[in-house]
Amino acid sequence: MLSVPIETQIMFAGILFFLGLVGVLVRRNLVFMLMSIEVMFNSAGLVFIIAARHWNQPDGQVMFIFILAVTAVEVAIGLALILQIYHHYKTLDVDAINKLKDNK
Amino acid sequence: MNVFFYIAATVAIFSTVMAISGRNAIHALLYLILSLLAISVVFYLLDAPFIAALEVIIYAGAIMVLFIFVTMMLNIGLEEKIEKKWLNPQMWIIPSILAVILMLDLIFALKSIPAIPVEEKGIMPKQVGISLFSTYLPAVEIAGILLMAGVIGAYHLGSQKKKVTHRFLEKK
Repeated sequence: MLSVPIETQIMFAGILFFLGLVGVLVRRNLVFMLMSIEVMFNSAGLVFIIAARHWNQPDGQVMFIFILAVTAVEVAIGLALILQIYHHYKTLDVDAINKLKDNK
Repeated sequence: MNVFFYIAATVAIFSTVMAISGRNAIHALLYLILSLLAISVVFYLLDAPFIAALEVIIYAGAIMVLFIFVTMMLNIGLEEKIEKKWLNPQMWIIPSILAVILMLDLIFALKSIPAIPVEEKGIMPKQVGISLFSTYLPAVEIAGILLMAGVIGAYHLGSQKKKVTHRFLEKK
């Protein structure tokens, strides 16, 4: 049986989450930002699995399945949006998408 | 068993760092697949074999294949040199410091919770299925509606419309 303390397990999930957060904040390429969001979703699911094992209840694993469904939808829509943005702007730079800006 | 956990966690963190800091999109995606496989090993060690299988099939399989297809359609190789200009090392400093502060916050919060004894039994996939289709049945139906909306939205956004501008208006 695994006997790693739960603090270490949650810390592992937290490190993954903050790596994803840094990725979203720093990268300017839309594909990389979407990948970082994936990492964050995944680490949130990891916390659910850790909690499910800790409390010995199946609910955490059920929640992971819902997170999986939400992630699948999010990736499909996000990639379709990225394709449209690339089609319109010919670049993947998020700073290029500034049509809502007033002073142009 | 603990050694396996630490090895898988190290591999996952290292490959995630490589994925978010890489320049080449395809290489970064392959590192991300490695990270997801390492996390599925962690799921297996956490008594969730069904979730580990789902992680490999859906995350590392379906979602990553979608990413790789789109990356290949976008011809992203040409953009690498441009992004090198965007990403000067200074840009990493402030977001990284803020994220590290949040991480330290989490660590201190974890240190202060009292220890709770773990019951050693494990959760079987059967229990998960029973819970999913009895207690959480409305949520399953909502997830179905969400997936339907995702399919329609992706179809609508993905379809390329024909241009209808007059030929005199085409040039800016």
